[in-house]
Amino acid sequence: MATAPTSEAILAGTGAPARSGGRSRLAAHLPRFVLYAVLTLFCLYYLLPLYVMLSNSLKPLSEITAGGMMALPGEWTTAPWSAAWSSAQVGVEATGLRPYFVNSILMVVPAVALSTIAGALNGYVLTKWRFRGATLVFGLLLFGCFIPFQMVLIPMARMLGLMGLAGSVPGLVFVHFVYGIGFSTLYFRNYYAAFPTELVRAAQIDGAGFFRIFWRILLPSSGPIAVVCIIWQFTNIWNDFLFGASFSDFDSQPMTVALNNLVQSSTGVKEYNVHFAGAIMAALPTLFVYAVAGRFFVRGLMAGSVKG
Amino acid sequence: MGFLDIKRATKSYGAVKVLHETDISIEEGEFLVLVGPSGCGKSTLLNMIAGLEEVSSGDIAIRGRSMNGVKPAERNIAMVFQSYALYPNMTVRGNIAFGMEMHGIPKPERERKIGEVAQLLQIEPLLDRKPGQLSGGQRQRVAMGRALTRDPDVFLFDEPLSNLDAKLRVDMRTEIKKLHQKLGTTIVYVTHDQIEALTLSTRIAVMYGGHVQQLGTPKEIYDNPANMFVAGFMGSPSMNLFPAKVTGHEGRPAAEIRLGDGSLARLPFAQGFEGQEGREIMLGIRPEAITDRDGADRNARALQVIDARVEVTEPAGSDIFVVSQMGGRDVTGRFRADVPVRAGEHFPFAINMDKAVAFDPKTEMRIS
Repeated sequence: MATAPTSEAILAGTGAPARSGGRSRLAAHLPRFVLYAVLTLFCLYYLLPLYVMLSNSLKPLSEITAGGMMALPGEWTTAPWSAAWSSAQVGVEATGLRPYFVNSILMVVPAVALSTIAGALNGYVLTKWRFRGATLVFGLLLFGCFIPFQMVLIPMARMLGLMGLAGSVPGLVFVHFVYGIGFSTLYFRNYYAAFPTELVRAAQIDGAGFFRIFWRILLPSSGPIAVVCIIWQFTNIWNDFLFGASFSDFDSQPMTVALNNLVQSSTGVKEYNVHFAGAIMAALPTLFVYAVAGRFFVRGLMAGSVKG
Repeated sequence: MGFLDIKRATKSYGAVKVLHETDISIEEGEFLVLVGPSGCGKSTLLNMIAGLEEVSSGDIAIRGRSMNGVKPAERNIAMVFQSYALYPNMTVRGNIAFGMEMHGIPKPERERKIGEVAQLLQIEPLLDRKPGQLSGGQRQRVAMGRALTRDPDVFLFDEPLSNLDAKLRVDMRTEIKKLHQKLGTTIVYVTHDQIEALTLSTRIAVMYGGHVQQLGTPKEIYDNPANMFVAGFMGSPSMNLFPAKVTGHEGRPAAEIRLGDGSLARLPFAQGFEGQEGREIMLGIRPEAITDRDGADRNARALQVIDARVEVTEPAGSDIFVVSQMGGRDVTGRFRADVPVRAGEHFPFAINMDKAVAFDPKTEMRIS
């Protein structure tokens, strides 16, 4: 890595040593100025929706309906936020988004935990305890990653009904757990494939059994891939709408479905400021997870592809 | 019956037989080296002794107890791996303690053992470091320390020195030998390095193509190779093998060889080959048995001096390796370093036929 040109140098086209003389200082730096100007412009453009959401969630409805979408709030207020959180009309009840936020947390935490653990175990077995047909099993799991959600809706509804989990948060946990296994297995299998098998053998000779080797030897080295898996699963499960809309009752709806209901069920005037506040609330947890664990994300994605 | 008995053991993966029927038996305290080129089945055999691979047929017994179906952890063995296989998330102390912990040895006992082993291998200052912070030689010591705490019946080493640089390899080789002399534990050691095999072992099994080619003491293997593979594989530079024909010379059977300039030379045998005139053979002579006249062994009974053209000289400090053409092959002799030998000239080569061996060119097996 040390000898590779820096990304800045590549972007600015200054990877090769500049020819001496000829060009003035300004001319030499001009490409860099242009580059940053363009990038700043893009950056502002991408941040614009966030600005619109934030500023409109902090102003009274009258300011929005008066046509001041792009303006900063004239009168700052947190009333839309507290309304969205605890008193707005969602469906038939005026509960705000709070109970649904709780539902989402109750759904996403166990589902992420379970699918990550199952993926790690699968990866461990598929790489270190290979059995006849292991490749086929892995192939089928991979195939499971790419089955469209819509295809499983009806069989899954039947299954949930048979298990007595229909319309409940545990039912949603189960659905996301099962659907998550494919991807989490893929992640962990590839990670463990690069994990030295001699370590497993040494542990076997040391007297450690199947789970002890997993727990004491493999898991402590799985940090980066676990983070990747957790971010991926958390984002997908939190943002899922289809399963949430299909398999939940009024009291078990996740945040995404409730947000939809909040926006759809306004009576009379559309309270845009409340909608904006609710939408930000729905997006905050994934942002939070990425901010906390994000720096491990790229590291984890790269792990295995580069040795050492 | 020995301490470690391998009885007609085989290993197959589906239809592929990687280890043919193998019989090896060694006594307690022996140092057995399995040596051979890559893919000869030596590591497979070691893994079978360890219990990491199942035996397809036959049996392996330690202390008279059959190991079929016994888990690796219950065989009372310890193993040192090529990559050292140190647990990266644990300290050196944790690595050494892990096996004892798994076997339910109480903590004070573990600490005592760690102290002993660390002192023996001089790794006390490293105990609280992680494997990633150690050099190759240090990792090697820790791996051995981990194995030592087990008081095993048999130590298994899987090419333990192949990841070290040349100098360190020689040092660690000596240390392993010292350790063996001190502890007297039975060792099975896999390597592809024939010098390691010769220097460390009390018994060598030379393997090739899934067969044990020869089992014997280092001296037997070196002086009396059973076939051309063993002759060529063991020793460095390797044994010279070149075609010759049995004829008579002054009333004794001799080997007739064609030299580089087209002339014929006759080398009388030390013994044997009476009445076999005309037979084609492969003659095997080690480089140290082909030398300059004054450097030759004075006690040799069948020493023959022939004039041959020198093709290449390779000075190696203490010796000079001299290459000439015999029987259409390059043949290397080991001369003393101060002999004035020059490429392109004729020079007397003293050949010690006491040390010569002969093989059948078709079966490649030893004749005499």
